[in-house]
Amino acid sequence: MKHLLDTDTLGKDQAIALLDTAAEFSGIQARKVQKLPTLRGVSVANVFFEDSTRTRLSLESAAKKLSADVITFTGQGSSLSKGESLKDTAQTIEAMGTQIMVVRHSSSGAAWRLAHSGWLRSSVVNAGDGTHAHPTQALLDAYTMRSRLHQGAALGKDLDGVHVVIVGDIAHSRVARSNVHLLNTLGAKVTLVAPQTLMPPGVESWSVEASHNFDAALAEAPDVVMMLRVQHERMKGSHFPSPREYISRYGLSTERFQALKESTLVMHPGPMNRGVELSSVAADSPQSTILEQVTNGVWVRMAVLYSVYQQGEVN
Amino acid sequence: MTSYLIQNASLLGEKTSDLAISSGVFVDPSSLDPSRDDVTTIDASGLIALPGLVDLHTHLRQPGMDHAETVLSGSKAAAAGGFTCVHAMANTAPVADSVGITDLVHRLGREAGYVEVRPIGAVTKGLEGSELAGIGGMANGEAQVRVFSDDGHCVSDSLVMRRALEYVSTFGGVIAQHAQDPRLTEGAQINEGALSSSLGLAGWPAVAEEAIIARDILLAEYTGARLHICHLSTKGSVEIVRQAKARGAKVTAEATPHHLLLTEELTAGYDPIFKVNPPLRTNEDVLAVRQGVADGTIDIVATDHAPHPTEAKDCAFDEAAFGMLGLEVAINVVQKALVDTGLLTWADVARVLSKTPAEIGGVEGYEQPFALGAPAHLALHDPTGEKLATMRYSKSQNNPYREITLPGSMRYTFYRGVATVIDAEVVPLGAPS
Repeated sequence: MKHLLDTDTLGKDQAIALLDTAAEFSGIQARKVQKLPTLRGVSVANVFFEDSTRTRLSLESAAKKLSADVITFTGQGSSLSKGESLKDTAQTIEAMGTQIMVVRHSSSGAAWRLAHSGWLRSSVVNAGDGTHAHPTQALLDAYTMRSRLHQGAALGKDLDGVHVVIVGDIAHSRVARSNVHLLNTLGAKVTLVAPQTLMPPGVESWSVEASHNFDAALAEAPDVVMMLRVQHERMKGSHFPSPREYISRYGLSTERFQALKESTLVMHPGPMNRGVELSSVAADSPQSTILEQVTNGVWVRMAVLYSVYQQGEVN
Repeated sequence: MTSYLIQNASLLGEKTSDLAISSGVFVDPSSLDPSRDDVTTIDASGLIALPGLVDLHTHLRQPGMDHAETVLSGSKAAAAGGFTCVHAMANTAPVADSVGITDLVHRLGREAGYVEVRPIGAVTKGLEGSELAGIGGMANGEAQVRVFSDDGHCVSDSLVMRRALEYVSTFGGVIAQHAQDPRLTEGAQINEGALSSSLGLAGWPAVAEEAIIARDILLAEYTGARLHICHLSTKGSVEIVRQAKARGAKVTAEATPHHLLLTEELTAGYDPIFKVNPPLRTNEDVLAVRQGVADGTIDIVATDHAPHPTEAKDCAFDEAAFGMLGLEVAINVVQKALVDTGLLTWADVARVLSKTPAEIGGVEGYEQPFALGAPAHLALHDPTGEKLATMRYSKSQNNPYREITLPGSMRYTFYRGVATVIDAEVVPLGAPS
C-alpha cells in the first residue's frame, strides 16, 4: 500500500501483517535506546488542518522512533478560510521535500483527494478526515483487542468471533466507520448502539447489527465495549433531549460496567467525557484499555509509516 | 441576409422534407432559387430537424462572475447545443432582483446575438428569502421577465412563497422553485443514504425536496397560481407531481440532463466535478425521473448549466461549489437517456426541449415548429456516432460527462434565421468578446 486512506481497502493478510509489524516495533520498549534507524533520512510531514494534539503527538512520536525527520503544520479551521486551498498547502509542504504526508482534515475525503488527484507524489496517511475515516485509530484498536484477547500469542492472529459493541455518535464518527471495516475484515462481530438520531442513514446495509438498546447489547456478553465520544454541540437538544437522558440510556455507568463479564474490555478512542460516555469506575478499571490504546497507537503508526514508505519507494 | 435551403431533413425524426429560411423566418422551400448567390444550400440528409431549443434554467454568471461564464460565452455554448433561447438565473452578483439587472442581462444577450436571453428575476431581495424582489418592475421592463426564482436557494418561508405565488399570478408570471428544505439539508453534500454514510459526507435526503414540492403544490392550488419545480430529482417527487397533475394543479416540472443519466456512485471518489444541487441520486430515482418525462409528469428538460472556475472544484468535496455544465450536451444526454431507450420520440424531444419550456417561460415563436412565417429557430441534429463529451464554448470546464461517450452531434443551429452553428462549429457573429 502506497497510501493508507481507510481500512476498507486492507485485506485480511495485509491487516494482520500491519498488526504483526506493530508488535515487532513494540519490542523496542525493552531497549535502552528506544529508536530504530529504519526511516533515517526520510521526511514525514504532519499536516493537521484540523488540530488534534494526541494524534499529532502519536504520529510525531512514531516517526521519531523510526528516525524520520518530522515537520508539522497545524492550521485551524478550513484551509479555504485561510485563503489557501488544500491543494496549495499540500503542494507547498511537499515542495520542501517530504516523502510521507500525514493528513488530518475536517473535510471527508481530503486525504483521498490528496492521494488521487495527481497533486502529490508523496505517500498519504489519513490521520482522520471529517466523518469519513480514521484508519490508524482502527488499527490501534484492533491491535489492542488482539494483544489483550490473545495475550502473548497474538502474532498472526485475527479477531475471529470476537464480539465488539460500539456505542455513541456513530453517525458522525470516523472511528466507528474505520473500525467497522477493519473488524469485519478480521472476522469480528460488530454491534453498533446509538439513538436513531446518531445512527448513520443506510446502516442496515453495513455488515453490523444496529441497536438502540444498550442493555440488550450488553446482555449478549460482548468481548469488547467501545465507547465513542459525544460532541458537546450534539448534547444541546439537537440529537437527544439532554445529557442526562443520554447517560441513562447509553452511558457505561458503574452498574452497567459491573454487570459485564470480567474479561470484557472497555475501550475509548479519547478524549473521553468522564461521567458521560463512561463512569470513572469503568475508565480506571483493569478492564479499561484506554491508556494502552494510546501506547499501542505509537507502534501501529510506526508500522503504517514503515509500510507506506516501503511501497511508496517501489512505486 | 443569407437565405438557406435545407434539403432532406427529417422533420422531428418523422417525414423527410426541405425547409427554407429567408429574412429570419421559415418560407416555402419552392420560393427559394438555389442557384442564387445569397441562397446557401445545406444537405440535411440524415439530420433530425428540431425547433430551436429553449432552456428554462441556465446560469450565465454575468454580471459578477465573468470568470466562470459570460452572457456571450454561455450564449455560444447554448448555440452549440442547439438552443435559441435560454433563461438566465438570477443568482448573479449583484443578484437580478431589480429591473436594472434583468434589463442589463437582456441587453447583453441581444448584443451577443446567439440566442434570446430571457432573464429570470429573483423572488426575494438578494435571494435572502424574506422580502419580495422588484417583481413588477422586472416584469414591466424591457426584458418582460415572466419567470422568477431564487434558484440556489429555496423560498422556504411558507408565507413568502404564498405571497410570491399570488403576486406573480396577476400578470401570468411563474415561480420556479428550487425545492430544498434548508434545515433538512444543512451542510448537505450528496444524496443521503448508505453511500453518504460510508463516505462520511453529509446527506441530502430526498424528503427535503419532496416536502417542499408537496407544500408548494398545495400553496399553488390554494392560491390558483402557477408553480414550476426546478430540477426535480427523486422518485418520490415524480409521484407527488403525478398526483397533483391528476387533480388538475397548475404545476410544471423540469428534469436536468444529469439527473437523467448520472447516479450518486460517481461521487464515491470524492471528485467535486460530480457535486451538484440537488445531488445525483440513485439509479432507481434516475429511472423514475426518466419515466416521469416519458409520461408527461415532468414537462421539460432544463439544463441547470452551472459553470464554475477550476479552483471551485479543485479542492476538498465539501469546500467545492455545486453545479455542472449542461448546455453543450443536453441534446446528447437526452438522446442517450430518453430517445435511444425508446422513452421519447424526437417529436417528444421537441416538446420537452422547445415548445413547453417556451410556454412556461412565456416566450413567443415556438408554438408550431417550422411554421411558415414564424421566426426561424432551428436545430439540425445528427443522431449517429458517439464521442466523449467535451465542452468547447463555455468558459468553464466542470464537465461531469468527460469520461462518458454520448451519442449524436448538433450540426446546425439557426436563431431568427441567422446561422449560429455551421457544421458543429459556432459561427463568429462579430460581437466583442
